[in-house]
Order: sequence, then structure tokens, then C-alpha cells
Amino acid sequence: MKKIKIQIDNREVEVDEGTTILKAAEKLNIHIPTLCHHEDLCIAGNCRVCVVEVEGANLLSASCATPVMEGMKIHTNSMKVRNTRRTILDMLLSEHAGECTSCTRSGNCELQTLAGYYASPDNALLDISIKSKPDTSSPSITKDDSKCIRCQRCVRTCEEIQKVGALSMSGKGEHAKVSTFFELPLNTVICTNCGQCVTRCPTGALVERSYIDEVWDALSNPDVHTVVQTAPAVRVGLGEALGHDPGGRFTGKMVSALRNLGFDAVFDTNFTADLTIIEEGSELLARLTNVLTGDKSAQLPMFTSCSPGWIKFIEHRWPHLLGHLSTCKSPQQMFGPLAKTRYPEATGVNPQKICSISIMPCTAKKFEADRPEMRASGFKDVDYVLTTRELAKMIKQAGIDFDALEESECDSMLGKHTGAAVIFGATGGVMEAAIRTVYELVTGRQVPFENLNITPVRGMEGIREATLKIEGTVEKYRFLEGVEVKVAIAHGLINADKLMEAVNGGNAPWHFIEVMACPGGCLSGGGQPIPTSPDIRAARANAIYEEDASLLLRKSHENPEITKLYEEFLVDGPLGHTSHHLLHTHYTPRP
Amino acid sequence: MSEDKINKMQEKINLIFSDCEVCEVVSQALAEDPEQILKMLLVSSLRGRGGAGFPTSLKWKFARQAPGDRKFVIVNADEGEPGTFKDREILEKVPYKVFAGMAICAHTIGAREGFIYLRGEYNYMRKTLEEQIQDFHNKIAGKLDFVIKIVSGAGAYVCGEETALIESMEGKRGEPRNKPPYPVTAGYLGCPTVVNNVETLVYVTMIMKMGPQHFASLGTQHSRGAKVFSISGDTPIPGIYELELGMSLAEFVELFGDGDTKAVQVGGAGGFCVPRKKFTETIIGFEGVPTGGSMMLFNSTRSMYNVLHNYLDFFCEESCGQCTPCRVGCQQLRKGIEEVKNHSLKPVHLDVLKKMTDTMRYASKCGLGQSVPNSFNSIIDNFREEIIF
Ligand SMILES: Cc1cc2nc3c(=O)[nH]c(=O)nc-3n(C[C@H](O)[C@H](O)[C@H](O)COP(=O)(O)O)c2cc1C
Ligand code: SF4
Repeated sequence: MKKIKIQIDNREVEVDEGTTILKAAEKLNIHIPTLCHHEDLCIAGNCRVCVVEVEGANLLSASCATPVMEGMKIHTNSMKVRNTRRTILDMLLSEHAGECTSCTRSGNCELQTLAGYYASPDNALLDISIKSKPDTSSPSITKDDSKCIRCQRCVRTCEEIQKVGALSMSGKGEHAKVSTFFELPLNTVICTNCGQCVTRCPTGALVERSYIDEVWDALSNPDVHTVVQTAPAVRVGLGEALGHDPGGRFTGKMVSALRNLGFDAVFDTNFTADLTIIEEGSELLARLTNVLTGDKSAQLPMFTSCSPGWIKFIEHRWPHLLGHLSTCKSPQQMFGPLAKTRYPEATGVNPQKICSISIMPCTAKKFEADRPEMRASGFKDVDYVLTTRELAKMIKQAGIDFDALEESECDSMLGKHTGAAVIFGATGGVMEAAIRTVYELVTGRQVPFENLNITPVRGMEGIREATLKIEGTVEKYRFLEGVEVKVAIAHGLINADKLMEAVNGGNAPWHFIEVMACPGGCLSGGGQPIPTSPDIRAARANAIYEEDASLLLRKSHENPEITKLYEEFLVDGPLGHTSHHLLHTHYTPRP
Repeated sequence: MSEDKINKMQEKINLIFSDCEVCEVVSQALAEDPEQILKMLLVSSLRGRGGAGFPTSLKWKFARQAPGDRKFVIVNADEGEPGTFKDREILEKVPYKVFAGMAICAHTIGAREGFIYLRGEYNYMRKTLEEQIQDFHNKIAGKLDFVIKIVSGAGAYVCGEETALIESMEGKRGEPRNKPPYPVTAGYLGCPTVVNNVETLVYVTMIMKMGPQHFASLGTQHSRGAKVFSISGDTPIPGIYELELGMSLAEFVELFGDGDTKAVQVGGAGGFCVPRKKFTETIIGFEGVPTGGSMMLFNSTRSMYNVLHNYLDFFCEESCGQCTPCRVGCQQLRKGIEEVKNHSLKPVHLDVLKKMTDTMRYASKCGLGQSVPNSFNSIIDNFREEIIF
């Protein structure tokens, strides 16, 4: 690659041809402020906060969008740049109806931070903000246009990462805004509720719909028995929202914090992640058996069904492929009915008094909990869903010194888990967990990978494929002898869509496909701490695999509480009648 | 009296609307080596007539040098600048000269496809133009592998900006792109693309026909040749006139004014407002006030506050709204002068606004936001009283 030599703030640097000024400056550890720029997205160059001065040019250049040219002399902090930056911040603030003090993003708002550094102490520009009512129609995401700075990160996210296009720009000039289709309420459009836009919004224009107040009410009501579950990705994200670097694991402290907040029973979604593997693995084997023994009605490849953003996506875009979706509920929704059937049965708590709360790295889970079919227990199975961010906020509100907490363990019965459940939080994790169990069921032996680490399905490639040859089968699965099981993994809906194209075209070689709506999987879900970036996702993934490796039990079928559950409660076994009623679901075509 | 004089001046030039054996010119140009054509354009000193005034020879040279099998020629017939209506007249009267300019460009840069990006309001000409294009295709058949198509404009002023135009041709929202890369290296569908104004291409045809020296002999050192002007406002003889560049505004007002001209807005809403006291010293051309052709005359009955407010309404509406300086800046300017006018704010606020326009000029993403300060500052500086009282 051709090298280009330039000068930034009187210091020389050599970079590859095509590098932007912004990236070149980073190499010199010169920080240039940005707003519309995001590592995950294409270049927009529309906020203009990052402008710099190039000697010889009258116009300033947007450093995020301008490639370096040989001999360029750049100034990132000249008088002209400083004046312009200040004016741009003043301008953005003049159209921003930010009620900073009460905003969800206060303290973690990119506009607020830059305003603190660069805006005028006495902004002479007039207030031109439009105080519109936020769209609170969605159970997952609240959209407040009056806080929008039109950076279009959300639009690019929805289009480039998710291929959903629920948000786009409408109007021009003073009327330019981020809109849904015909300004329809968010809950009536093709939004998948994934919340990837929320984690990339620099301000409070897009935030999760919060249920903190409802949960506090439940916690303070002596007549209500609160049961909480936490998803695997929460424990590797929570630290970031409480001031730690990405990549920390806080399982034990998180459990203690939940007890301190006053939850009556602290359980773990990981428990039902293990349960998902048993049910879903059995379903996969049943489908394989049917197909290989000539039953034409069984549909392969089978798709995983744990990601509610993905579910809504396929319901909208590929409704005729719904038969491929595993009928298994997500771990959250398997936990829900158990918390209101198995748990009260065993403890004598009145199920009517149970409030079931889940802490999720996800905004789509809020929508999922509201789906009408999620009432298998006879009640709403999961009453409230909080994001990782909301939990962090409650911990702060309660004045808990998180770092000083002792570590503790979840309550038993619905709390034990294996490493296989932990890795659900990363893309490829469900696949890996499923293979660990299914392979062993079929061959009676452990998967042929060192330390159970099925590395071919790990990583951050948007689409990954792997093949596993089945050899040495036990009697029951002899028909699988020599079969090469092919699997594929996609994360980010744009990648899922590519796999669906192939399945739809009839040229999909796979038996089993894992899809996670969010890039990186749940660890970078729409409910996780903000910001997100490739580095942050890698750090969180690392923490997840560390957690898995640190556990003694790492295969779902070895979870003793799961065994007990089947012995005592789901007595007709995986895919049995009770399972079917409580743990499986159906889908709604939304063409 | 002045009409006679104007007629004489126009006859002397008569390049754009004159009859021309288009086939001959094209054949003659196709026989030339592209490098030779670039040289002729260089000698002619032709600069783009769409407003920005970029040297045409250089633009074509870049596109010719840009690597790529597929290249495009696009005629910018979006004509959205308030007060311009000359491209319509050219397309109606001498369409073949436009096609010829496109063909010459195609030959020079190595393009096989051309587009006319036609302002939505001009769709009534589409059918006729298509027939004429078909006829032109027949005429050049066997000589040049080149096809012209018409694309209907998306209806926004900003779509006249060449990269927004290209975005809209690609079926996207008409928003200007980051530059570089410029269209000459990565334009329509990412391929090298020349975007030229309608008038520019007609001049190319005439330069091929008459030789570059003739064109270069007209005008001044920095503004060679002639230009088609759209003249409107307080004038007894509004219309379209082809005049030599380099005339002073005093001369111009002498010819076209109503005897009471207080100001002339040169170059449309994004141009400069020149007050009477500066008519003599102001040259119409790149060394003075450049223009894409729009000349609006205002007499003493006009309120310059209303004129400015009108422009700002236009910009608030027609900015694409993607970049901060332009989207917010335009609204600040409009609201600012309203508040000063109704005395809610002290006149010094005008100075706050003037300072703010630096940011619009230097940091806006495209020519729209960058040029809003032209009219704002020239009106504020010259007619401050009218804004305040
Ligand atoms: C907001 C805006 C609107 C424009 N509208 C037009 C237009 O209507 N017609 C035109 O020829 N050029 C227009 N331009 C200029 C074009 O971007 C481009 O410079 C021109 O088409 C190049 O042709 P030329 O080199 O022949 O002048 C506009 C520029 C801006 C910034
Ligand atoms: S300057 Fe105005 S028209 Fe141009 S890109 Fe910016 S907002 Fe759009």
C-alpha cells in the first residue's frame, strides 16, 4: 500500500493511502471531536464538528471524511477551527430541546460532553428547538425528536447493520428529521426493537423505554414477591455502566447488588439457557431424524429463536420461512413461566403475587415479554424487562457501592448454570452450546475440540460456517453415522438476511443456523452500556469465554438442576407435553 | 434606445442561439484527438456556466485521466436557482447543440452514456427532447458509440448540486456527498463523471465550430467569452440575453434598469447584492461578482428586509438539512433578522449572525450552505438600516 506523508499540528506522520485525516491524527494521539462519526458505520460527514484546517484551502475539511494527500499540512486547533467548532456546538445546542437534567443520557451524552468542552459559555444564538412529544408507543424504544441532532447514525445503523430501514430521513432543510414510515408510531412499523440505534445515538433522542419506576414499585410493595433473572451478557456489560473498562466480569457482585435492591429471589437466565439447549437440541435431532428418514414435512435448516429482534425481522421479511424457526422460546421466556409455575409449586409462594423481572442486554426483550402468546403460566410470564443500563441506574439510585460488594451466588432451583449457557451471550455461543450437547447425545463422546472450545464457530465475522462429521454414533442415532452436519452463524440482521436469501433460493447447505440480531450477539445488544465499538465487543466476548472456561460444568446436559427439573416437573421429558405448553411457542407472519 | 444597443451587443456575440450545422461540428470534433480538444478548451478559457465556474478543460482532463471502463456525461438541467430560466430556453431552442456538446465530451473522456438531468417542472419538454435525442442518435450512428437518456429531476433546489444530483440519479435522497472524491473520479455509480451545465456544453460546441480564439477574444482576462443572463425584477425588459462578460454593473443597469435601480442581486439567492453606490466599480465576471446567470434588479420601492427574508425562507426550505452549519445557520439568520426587526433583539445581534456566517461559509458541506453568507452579508452590510427599522 502506498504511504502518504503529512503534517498534523506541525508533527510528521506517515499513513496508508486512503486514510482519513481523523485516523491519521489518532495515530499521533491527537483527538479530534466527532459526533456523526461511528466506527461501525459508513462515513456521513454531516455534523461538521470534526472540521480541520488544511493549509492552502479556504474551506475547512471534515476530517472524518477527507482522505490525506501527500504533503498536506493540517491544523486541528487553529483559531479558525476553534471558532468554527464552537459555533457548530452552539448551533446544535440551539436546535436541541435537551432537558439535560432529566435526560436518560445525561452523563453519557456525546453532545453534552462536547458542549462542555467547546460550546460558548453564553450562547448568543436563538432557541430554535421544536419541543415535540416523544413517541412512546413502542414497549422497547422511545424516540424523542426534540433531542435529535440529525447525525443519522440511527438511520445508518438501521440500514447498514440491520437492513431494516425502519428509520430514514424525511423533509429537508429546517424540516429534515429522522422519521418512521409516514411518521407512524414506532410500534406499528417494521422496527425490530433491537435497539442498535439506541446504542449508537449520541444523545437522548433514542433511548430504551424504561420500566425502572414499575420495578421500584414492585420492590417496595410488601405484597409482591419479586423474582429476577439476568441474562449472560449483562454480567460482562454492567461494569462499563458503573465505571469499569470493557471486558470485566461481575457475576458475583451483580447477584449481591440484586439482593441489595430487594429482589426476593435472584435467579439466572443462564439456567433456562441450558434448558433451551436441551429442548432445542432435541428439536434439532427430531427434525434431522425426520428429514433423514424421509419425512418431507420437517423443515431444515432449523433456525435458532432466542433473539427477539431476529424473530420480528423474519416475521416481517421472510414470513414463509417461519417453519424453519425452532419453536423453542428464548431463555427469558422459558424462565418466565417456570418462575410462575415450578417456583411457586416448590416454595408455596402464591403465583398471583409474583412479579417476574428480567435484566437483559436487549431492548427487543421488552417487546417479546409483551407478546400475547407469552402467558403460558396463566399470567404475564415476564412482567418487566430492564436493560443492563437500567439496572446500573437502579444500583446508582439505591446508593449501592458496587465495587465494595461481596460476591455471591444465585438462588438454587432456577439459578445453576453451565459454561454452555454463559456463551449464549456471544455470537456463535448458542451454536457452540448446542453442538457440545448434541454431539455427545449422538456419539456418547465429548466434542473433538480441545477444552470443549469449538473455535470454528467463534469470532466476529458477520457470517461463519462450520462442518462437523458425525462418527461413532450410538445405536439410537446410527442413521447419522458419517453425516456431515453443516452449520452457519450470522449476527447483525443484514447478515441474517443473506442467509435467508440462500435458504429461500433453495441453495442452503446447512442443517442448523444461529442468528443473533445484534452484531457480536447479546453482548452488544441494544440494552448494553453505551458506547459500542469493535474493540468493546471483542473485550466483552473475551470476558464471556473466560467465564465459560472458569466453570467446572460446561455442557448444558450436565446441569444438575436441569436434570432435576425434568425429573420433578417436566416429567414427560424434552419436547414432551409440559415442555410444549410452557417452553415452546409459535410465530406471527407480519408481511 | 437601450434596446437597440442591447440588440446590437447580442448580435455581435450570438453564439448560444445561432444556427449551427451540428453534425458537421460533431464530425469535425470526433476527428480530433481528445488531447487536442482539451487544448482547445484550455485556450478558450471556458469556465463552467452553472455557477462555480470551474475550468471546463480541467474538469474533462481529470475525467479523461481517471481510470475506469465506464464513464458518464451528465447535463445539469436542474435550473433551480431563483431567477434563472435560461437553460430551459436553450433546451427548447437549440437542443442539438447541447447533445453535440455531450457527444464531444463523451469522445474526449471516453464515455458511452450520457444523461440529461431535467428539472421536474420541465417535464413538458421531455417528449420532444426524446424525439430529438432519437434523431441525434441516428445522426451520429456509426460515428460515436454514445447514448443519451433523460432523467427527471427530484424537485429540490439542492439536487442541482452535482453530487446531490448524482445521489438522486442513483435513487437516493438528494443529499450532497463528501468531496473528495469529486465526480470526475467517482461520480454516478462510482464511475468517472463529468457534470456540466447546459450552457457550458453549448459553448463547447461553438468553440469547436469557431475555434477557441474567437471565444477567448470576448470578455476580460479573467472572464473570457460570453454568458447567458436571466434578467428579472424591476426592469422594463425582463428576459434572456447573451452578453459579453466583464461589463460593469453601471453599464448593465444603464441598459436594463428602470431608472430607479437601488440594488442588483447578482447570481441568485446565493449571490451578491450590490448597492447603487458600488455599481461603477463592480464587474460582472469572476474578477467581480460571478453569476450563474441570474440578475435581479430592485428599485427603491423594494424593502431589502423583505428581499433578504425571502431568500432566507428559500434557504431554510431548500437546504437539504443534513449538515449543521447550513441547517441551523439558515434558521438562525431568518429568526435573527425577524427578532431584530421587531426589536426583540438589539441590532448588534446582526453582528453575531455575521460572525456565525463564517462557520457556514467554511464548514458547510456543499455550495448551498457555503454561499448563503454572500447574500446575507452583502445585504446586511449595504442595507443595515432597512433591516433594523
Ligand atoms: C445548491 C446548488 C444548486 C446548484 N444548482 C445548479 C443548477 O441548477 N444547474 C447547474 O448547472 N449547476 C448547479 N449547481 C452547480 C453544480 O454543482 C455544478 O457545479 C455544475 O453543474 C457544474 O457545471 P459547469 O462546470 O458546467 O458549471 C448548483 C450548485 C449548488 C451548490
Ligand atoms: S450545505 Fe446545506 S444543502 Fe449542502 S449539504 Fe449542508 S445542509 Fe445540505
